[in-house]
Amino acid sequence: MLFYLLMIGFAISAAAPFFYRRFRAFFGWIAVSFPLFLFFSFSSFYPRISAGEVLRETVFWVPSLGINLSFLLDGLSFTFVLIITLVGAAVFLYAGTYMKHYEHAARFFVYIGLFMTSMLGLVLSDNIAAMFVFWELTSISSFLLIGFSHHKEQSRKSAIQALLVTGGGGLALLAGLILLSGISGTMEISELYPQHAMIVSSPLYPAAALLVMIGAFTKSAQFPFHFWLPNAMEAPTPVSAYLHSATMVKAGIYLLARMNHVLGGTALWQDSLLVVGAVTMVCSALLAFNQMDLKKLLAYSTLSVLGTLTMMIGIGSRLAIKAFFIYLIAHSLYKGTLFLVAGTIDHAAGTRDAGVLGGLGRAMPFTMATAILASFSMMGVIPLVGFIGKETLYASILELEEWGRYLIAAAVVANGLLVMITLVAGIRPFFGSMRRLPSVPHEAPFAMLAGPACLAFFGLLAGLFPDFFMGAMLDRLASSVLADTLTFRIKLWHGFNEVLFLSFLTLLCGMLFYAARVKLLPYLEGRHIPPVLKPSSWYDAALAGMLKVARWQTRMLQNGSLRNYITIIVVTAVALGVSALAGSFSAFPEIPALDVTFYEVAIVSIILVSILVLITSSSRLKAVITLGVTGFSIGIIFILYGAPDLALTTFAIETLGVILFVLVLYRLPRFTSYSTTASRVRDAVIAFVFGIFMALMVLFTVSGELDSGLKRYFAGASLPEGKGRNIVNVILVDFRAIDTLGEITVLAVAAIGVFAMLKLALKGGSR
Amino acid sequence: MYSIILATASRYLLLLLQMFSLFLLFRGHNEPGGGFVGGLVAAAAYALYFIANGIAEAEKLLKVDPFYLIAAGLLLAVSSTMPSLAAGMNVMTGIWFDTGTALFGKVGTPLVFDTGVYFLVLGVTLKIIFSLAEGDLQ
Amino acid sequence: MTLLLALVIGCLYAAGIFLILRRNMVKVIFGLILLAHAANLLIFTVGRLTKGIPAFVPEGSGMLTGRFADPLPQALILTAIVIGFGVQAFTIVLFKRTWLTLGTEDLDMMKTTDEPPKE
Repeated sequence: MLFYLLMIGFAISAAAPFFYRRFRAFFGWIAVSFPLFLFFSFSSFYPRISAGEVLRETVFWVPSLGINLSFLLDGLSFTFVLIITLVGAAVFLYAGTYMKHYEHAARFFVYIGLFMTSMLGLVLSDNIAAMFVFWELTSISSFLLIGFSHHKEQSRKSAIQALLVTGGGGLALLAGLILLSGISGTMEISELYPQHAMIVSSPLYPAAALLVMIGAFTKSAQFPFHFWLPNAMEAPTPVSAYLHSATMVKAGIYLLARMNHVLGGTALWQDSLLVVGAVTMVCSALLAFNQMDLKKLLAYSTLSVLGTLTMMIGIGSRLAIKAFFIYLIAHSLYKGTLFLVAGTIDHAAGTRDAGVLGGLGRAMPFTMATAILASFSMMGVIPLVGFIGKETLYASILELEEWGRYLIAAAVVANGLLVMITLVAGIRPFFGSMRRLPSVPHEAPFAMLAGPACLAFFGLLAGLFPDFFMGAMLDRLASSVLADTLTFRIKLWHGFNEVLFLSFLTLLCGMLFYAARVKLLPYLEGRHIPPVLKPSSWYDAALAGMLKVARWQTRMLQNGSLRNYITIIVVTAVALGVSALAGSFSAFPEIPALDVTFYEVAIVSIILVSILVLITSSSRLKAVITLGVTGFSIGIIFILYGAPDLALTTFAIETLGVILFVLVLYRLPRFTSYSTTASRVRDAVIAFVFGIFMALMVLFTVSGELDSGLKRYFAGASLPEGKGRNIVNVILVDFRAIDTLGEITVLAVAAIGVFAMLKLALKGGSR
Repeated sequence: MYSIILATASRYLLLLLQMFSLFLLFRGHNEPGGGFVGGLVAAAAYALYFIANGIAEAEKLLKVDPFYLIAAGLLLAVSSTMPSLAAGMNVMTGIWFDTGTALFGKVGTPLVFDTGVYFLVLGVTLKIIFSLAEGDLQ
Repeated sequence: MTLLLALVIGCLYAAGIFLILRRNMVKVIFGLILLAHAANLLIFTVGRLTKGIPAFVPEGSGMLTGRFADPLPQALILTAIVIGFGVQAFTIVLFKRTWLTLGTEDLDMMKTTDEPPKE
């Protein structure tokens, strides 16, 4: 069932251009049915999941290697599935209108459909290999979507940056997962759970944990891999709302949550997540301080939230997991909304510059209402779900004894900055006086309003009735992450306590930051962080260095001269062969007895003489004839040693070969000598050494007895199974017929190549 | 270098060599021979005719573009692997019928396969020779 | 005979490599053909020589026993010979095409993909 849903997803994505061309005018309303279909299909599992059931399903792929498409639907993956499909529905509807003025909009829906399906596959996968495949698919679709406006250089650059960072992290993740399966002997994630104690005590554990963490950190843009996410804002706004705030960047978070019970519980895991998460949370919020672009502001706030989520897993207490869950849902709802609103503003006013925007509220009342609802959730204003998220977050930090004091300060500052960002990006554009804008603002069309408004409204509902909407899922999710059966109650109001005070403090801080920002902005203009301190400049340096090395080695190794290639290949082959043989054979090969007859000596002499004539000849015709003589003599050797079929074929081939040569060569002048004597001597030495080496190889190989089971098999089976007495022919047309089929196909291709080269090109620009 | 003796002889030699090539093809399963060498000998026969009478005559004698021979050969070889599927066996399993006559003996799909090889090799060789010879005239 | 064939194989390889390192394209083609011969003989010799007994099931007998030449290397070589012929034809045509277009057979004059200077 899960497998078929995914396959349907891929099929629908591929079919998107077909529908787009026909129903362009109202495509959003058709597109939205796709995520909604998935949403309701998965929702039908809700009663079973909330009752504590875990659905597993396996489709065999490469069972002998343990690689299967096995899927797992538990509380954790179910939560993600609902977020992906629900936000997806809003985004698809919105994009149907928003993308209309883009070129190749049909392509956009293929990519985003591919992404949604891969993301579902990623969170549903129970098999390490399958999960990795889906993981990479999300990276690739993200690459395609960031670079969607590929005529812009900045888009291409950002797309490649995102691909290299997340793809590189993906490789680290693969290595980590393979180590894990090596330790535990299974590829199924659910089978890793019971082996927790064994995995953690393995000597390979630190390496595996670190590699998995690197994979997650790159995907979820944790410090120092955070820089690709703000640059990814080059993508069309629906992509930023969907991939780069609500879903894809949470894949790393998902992985950490999924692996928490497998790899967690150690100081290495918990402390790394705690520190990296906290650093990301504070630093990225600070980086947003002087940003002016709405989308960049929102991107930095997303980074900060991702850091917070990582930190929650690092703390790992029950309360922290509760905060993780609520914060995750709250963020997906409000951040998706705010991004879409930013897109609407861009659409209506023609700019995303926070310094210019203002007074849009009169022209866009519904958009404003949506934005304010989402902004309140992001700021943590009662009674929205963001408020509960922040309260629980603070409560879980306050539980910590040692670090609690510093962390709570950091969290309040970071959240204060988030409040500031919200004020700048979500509230300010609608108030104040209107300035001159590139275009006259107007209310967004219904299709662009419905999605964000619904998401914002869900934020309100989830805040008002938290236990009804989230209670059961939280219990199931916690049991996936912590492997413990827990029951939580989520309440909106916890009474007047320390946490509530901190919430007020946060809002106060946010307003102070906002006021400070207005004062400080003129001073910050033109000031930048020194490049040495910026991870993005490390990335640039590494990329430039890699390209330099690549160019250097291309110049060295691929200089376009066939002779250099062959010399290198021959010398390397001889050196490797000699060093390998020197170890295994101490003595010179046993020289076989020289039992030869007169005519054998005669034939060999003919071959040797014709070779000599061939390499020294300056006449083409003489060379062709000696080549023919060599071939025919080899044919005679075949006859003498029991291979009449080979001899017949050789004779026929040599005849035709000579005809071919004569057809081409007979009108050309004599050979001109191009090579210098020095190069001829050098080549002769190389050739001589290689010849000796090959002759010795033959002697080494034949010095032992050969007991070929295949020889006996073919001799025995030829007549009964192949119905033929000529064993060579039976092998060719029956036992190994597929080789022959491949071979004649190659011949056919060669004939087409010959034809194309001679006929088609002659019509073109030949002189 | 037109030679009346060679031109006359090549007509009979062509027929003789063609019969020989077919003989090689059909006895190839039990005696030296087979599709490869049969096709090559047939090609050599045409090459001889072309040397004696020129390219235009040779192409006229063949009547079809060698590409059709290549395509037919490939098609024959591929389709000979299919009957075993219909018989419920793996692809490429040989199927044999005993005709009971001395002339044909046992006939089976591998023989069809070899015939495909014969036509393909003939077609490829002729295509190459004819292409080279035609290009030469320009 | 094995010893003599080892000598022949060595010489074929040496001459093939020597020719393939020339600047003249026709010689490179000759070199390729010699290398093909060398490889065929190598497979043939390494599969052990058996004098005068081809791998045919005798009339009136169900299977072949005793001493006989190994059919498997022969089948491999037969394939290789025919493929080698295809490669040979292709390189000859390639040479002809090069000659017609560039008017040279010197490989060192063909190292660039740029248009040749117009006379």
